[in-house]
Amino acid sequence: MGRTLAEKVWDDHVVRRAEGEPDLLYIDLHLLHEVTSPQAFDGLRKSGRRVRRTDLTIATEDHNTPTLDIDKPIADPVSRTQLETLRKNCAEFGVRLHSLGDSEQGVVHVVGPQLGLTQPGTTVVCGDSHTSTHGAFGALAFGIGTSQVEHVLATQTLPMAPFRTMAITVLGELPEGVTAKDLILAIIARIGTGGGQGYVIEYRGEAIEKLSMEARMTICNMSIEAGARAGMIAPDDTTFAYLRGRDHAPQGADWDEAAAYWRTLRTDDDAVFDHEVVIDAAELAPFVTWGTNPGQGAPLSQEVPDPASFADPNERLAAEKALEYMGLSAGQKLRDITVDTVFVGSCTNGRIEDLRSAAAVLEGRTIADGVRMLVVPGSVRVALQAVEEGLDKVFTAAGAEWRHAGCSMCLGMNPDQLSPGERCASTSNRNFEGRQGKGGRTHLVSPQVAAATALTGRLASPADLADVPTPVEV
Amino acid sequence: MEAFTTHTGRAVPLRRGNVDTDQIIPAHWLKKVTRDGFEDGLFEAWRKDPEFVLNRPERAGATVLVAGPDFGTGSSREHAVWALQNYGFKAVISARFADIFRGNSLKNGLLTVVLPQDTVEALWKLTETDPTAEITVDLVAREVRAEGITAPFELDENARWRLLEGLDDISITLRHGDTIDAYEARRPAYKPRTQAA
Ligand code: SF4
Repeated sequence: MGRTLAEKVWDDHVVRRAEGEPDLLYIDLHLLHEVTSPQAFDGLRKSGRRVRRTDLTIATEDHNTPTLDIDKPIADPVSRTQLETLRKNCAEFGVRLHSLGDSEQGVVHVVGPQLGLTQPGTTVVCGDSHTSTHGAFGALAFGIGTSQVEHVLATQTLPMAPFRTMAITVLGELPEGVTAKDLILAIIARIGTGGGQGYVIEYRGEAIEKLSMEARMTICNMSIEAGARAGMIAPDDTTFAYLRGRDHAPQGADWDEAAAYWRTLRTDDDAVFDHEVVIDAAELAPFVTWGTNPGQGAPLSQEVPDPASFADPNERLAAEKALEYMGLSAGQKLRDITVDTVFVGSCTNGRIEDLRSAAAVLEGRTIADGVRMLVVPGSVRVALQAVEEGLDKVFTAAGAEWRHAGCSMCLGMNPDQLSPGERCASTSNRNFEGRQGKGGRTHLVSPQVAAATALTGRLASPADLADVPTPVEV
Repeated sequence: MEAFTTHTGRAVPLRRGNVDTDQIIPAHWLKKVTRDGFEDGLFEAWRKDPEFVLNRPERAGATVLVAGPDFGTGSSREHAVWALQNYGFKAVISARFADIFRGNSLKNGLLTVVLPQDTVEALWKLTETDPTAEITVDLVAREVRAEGITAPFELDENARWRLLEGLDDISITLRHGDTIDAYEARRPAYKPRTQAA
């Protein structure tokens, strides 16, 4: 019987297989950041171990880094200690680190791909759940816990429990104005936040094949919000074109050899998935969340649902609680929801294409009175590219704040937070209670919807903007 | 991880059930960046009371914690185990442990011993009457011994072997170092590298 893409990558990394034990898998790339690594390094130190493969390991600072005044000392002592500890550990163990102020610094899941380190058919791990992002390249990429981080540092391997496979096939083409973010939000609303539990999801079908690499990363990034172990997309010419010439992409004969291998990384026609979901792209529309988990979403044209309409008692209760926390009532039009803040950024939507699409909506317009809009590039490289294209000017001219790269308001570990009761349209991935700041209310949206929302002050898509006056050209 | 064969020490009788990991180590301690230095956070809220058993001078240097049933429930934080170890505990005895806590403890070399509640009561009485009374936790013989008490306990063979040998997950994997070397030798040259090795 044929094998799926995920099974092929898994099989190629089995170091040891023994009856009654989990497979021991080799890890090709280990990404580190300041939050989940300190105790792992401490463990190594205690047992007198070293990092087995510093050449397969890379660290960046992202969660705690400020997005303003980055040359000043970091005010919060906890954030400062975490960053200083990472610097000390990387120096001591010989791990490559991109610190705040470095031109390659940024959110760990933006940095790996842009350096060309994330490649098809590799295994990628990081002490961070959104490691699933890297699956967009046909890599098998998992988030891991701190003791596993230590295990990988010491051995470059991980004992891994087997997974099940799920195919999500998206037929047809995404309609005009519908983005990868809308698609993944719709998928999570459909299968639920636990729908992917135990599975590696492979996204396939025409709509997926037509997506750019960055859009594919947006999809795979949020696999974890459906509870999946990982998300994957088979590598193709789009993948190869993205990789070619990047700093760490193979070159010359190595490239040819690598590409020949990468082309084998497709699910065989006779392979069987444990579960299959089919989605018709034509039915999709801009999608936003109304609740406090990423599965509580609906097309922008709809209303806040009535909790009583959920047949499942748990879902009904969750919806009731969510509406209470979000300060919304059943039947309210989603388009009538007003926001205080708009956040464009994160490892979901902080790449250059995301900034371009937000800027295209904002160009020549001004954001609504009383709305604060933060644009936080996913990495310094993305920021430099945006400046080169003049996007930063578009943002500031519209009244948005152009900030330094990092995780920022995605989780508010740095000073970028919502105040209690504040409502935010956010391009990030989690709308959990308090995620963006205590008492903060989050609506997950695409970059286009974020920009349109900033202009109107209420949840909106670019299609709603016809009546927002554009200034007369001079 | 330190090997555990047999340990003899004085005890802290903790007459409380359902001690959750938040009580063992409160959440604000989780911001720390090391695996040690958690001893002051251990049972932090209760330690404000000078009469709390851990604060009594006669309990200083005790290494065996005898607790009520359902010890270690709640959040999965591994810090709870580190805090007990940092404080100096080598073994915890209870009639019932929460699963995740038990897994974490055995992974870190803290022996968690399940004994019937009557035996726990007997150990409480003994060590409350005589704070100098010692308890022996013998993993080789799978037995807890104290004056007038001999109680056998069970532990799954794999966990016992790992504790006796002092093997953590990493040590076990490192036993297959040759297999890892062999795999590395076959890895294609085109695989990405972050820097020169
Ligand atoms: S951007 Fe958000 S989701 Fe991504 S790594 Fe940072 S905190 Fe996590």
